[in-house]
Amino acid sequence: MANAPAHAGGPGLVKLLAQRQSVVIGLAILFVLGAAAILAPVVAPADPNKLAIASRLTPPGWAHLFGTDEYGRDIFSRVIFAGRVSLTVGLCVAAFSTVAGVFFGLMGGFFRRLDAPVSRVVDAMMAFPDILLAIALVAALGGSVLNVIIALSVVYTPRVARVARASTLVIRELTYVEAARALGVSTWRILANHVLRNIVSPLIVQATFTFAYAMLAEAGLSFLGVGVDPSTPTWGTMINEGRKYVSSAGWMILFPGIAITLCVLALQIVGDGLRDALDPNLSKEL
Amino acid sequence: MNARSEGPLVSIEGLGKTFPTSAGDVQALSDVTFNIERGSLIGLVGESGSGKTTLGRCLLRLVEPTAGRVVFDGTDITALDQRGLKAMRKRMQIIFQDPFSSLNPRMRIRQIVGEALVAHGIGRNRRERDDIVAGLLEEVGLSADHMGRFPHEFSGGQRQRIGIARALAVEPEFIIADESVSALDVSVQAQILNLLQDLRDRRGLTILFIAHDLSVVEYLCDEMVVLYLGRVAETGPSDDVYRLPGHPYTRALLSAIPTIDPEGRQARQILAGDIPSPLSPPSGCVFRTRCPHAIDACAEKVPEPHSISSRHHAACLRLGEI
Repeated sequence: MANAPAHAGGPGLVKLLAQRQSVVIGLAILFVLGAAAILAPVVAPADPNKLAIASRLTPPGWAHLFGTDEYGRDIFSRVIFAGRVSLTVGLCVAAFSTVAGVFFGLMGGFFRRLDAPVSRVVDAMMAFPDILLAIALVAALGGSVLNVIIALSVVYTPRVARVARASTLVIRELTYVEAARALGVSTWRILANHVLRNIVSPLIVQATFTFAYAMLAEAGLSFLGVGVDPSTPTWGTMINEGRKYVSSAGWMILFPGIAITLCVLALQIVGDGLRDALDPNLSKEL
Repeated sequence: MNARSEGPLVSIEGLGKTFPTSAGDVQALSDVTFNIERGSLIGLVGESGSGKTTLGRCLLRLVEPTAGRVVFDGTDITALDQRGLKAMRKRMQIIFQDPFSSLNPRMRIRQIVGEALVAHGIGRNRRERDDIVAGLLEEVGLSADHMGRFPHEFSGGQRQRIGIARALAVEPEFIIADESVSALDVSVQAQILNLLQDLRDRRGLTILFIAHDLSVVEYLCDEMVVLYLGRVAETGPSDDVYRLPGHPYTRALLSAIPTIDPEGRQARQILAGDIPSPLSPPSGCVFRTRCPHAIDACAEKVPEPHSISSRHHAACLRLGEI
């Protein structure tokens, strides 16, 4: 998509995105966070797990940019390393639950016969509190990054499926779908070319939300002791550890909190920009 | 498929469509029978709710009829399986009413018009298909340069031309134009009507033109069918029907056409009330509740079509008397 011209002689998707300052800023934030996570061993000034009881709870300063935690570990380095797990979980859960949710949503929304079974399962899963379902799944599967990703993907798939189904129900009745059927276009091609393409906008927005929710849910799971191995720092576990020191050493939760906030904010800005850029009716006014 | 080159192109025999609803069955079409001759431009008229659109959809099996048959060039299309249906859809196409919702907003014109080519394996590669699309766009009065654009960059009339180009892509013999001009400005309507006429002459198309505007049908069509509450009220050559309408409903419709000649103004017949609910259609003649000539006998049985001339029929019990 990105290399195809959006209009005859018009700007491409990349250019359309680049025209929006907020999108550029959002992408820059994600790039910095992502690059820091990938290059963590290189960019982090200290070992994230090195204990130094003598310098415990040091406020931010030149020696420790973001200060140290209750065991004297360098928070700056921990925030960088924590990004690896948090971003991986967010990205994978957003990707898996979107793919699975779109599949079930399209099936339920497009084929009348599948609608009732798909919708009932989705409703049943959504009636269950998210975190409880995730705890049950992780408890059954065992605590590891992969299992957390699997559990959260299962939890968020019904949300995506519901959005996809609702949008599909609208598109299915439009005349261009009927026109395609009259032309003898196959059902699968109709689903891909007509339905999927027109339900992309709400799904992109939903995926950015899922990314953010998944990061937060992973933190909750880690806090409850059913998530990732406690020795692996994640933004969520860091905040939970810092809870006890919120009045005396606020920096312990401040910096991982800023990381989560920035990341979620950047995701939503980019998601909004992408949605607008993908909409040919709006793209001209960007 | 036993192809025949004689006889009507489409023959509709006792077609019926019932939609089940929570309030009961809606009888959208019942016992619709008429023929569409090869190369004719036939108008299908009736007020809202008369079943015009459902009939058009049933002919293409976009809506499955619940009774009767549609025979297209010797093949009963109501009995076709999915594969046979796909082959048949190459031969019959539809142009829709709303030029806005009938084009996918996220597809370029190249893909909208070319989609059918891909589906039916016409054209060996993208370049060949592009050439075909360019030819189609020029045939409907657009330019080949428009291929890379999106639907929202076009006006209503232009969009309708794109819809026509899309329908022509599979080189059909029969086209259903479902109120294809009613969403357009009058000046643009005339252009699209002329285009349809040109295409009919150039490509030898047979066109079923669904409309509620009788003056358009008079201008365009050789034959016409008047539908009332899912039943055929009158069929015949347009000239005959306009000159000598047999069915009281047709008379009322025709008298409602505005005229600019004050001398030629006829006594206008105003129909009281609305079209009855198809949930509980009147017994006997469905028009009797609004008919100025209705008698008791009209409630007893559904009137058969009576001949006025060899090709002109009206379904009215009192045809000779009124």
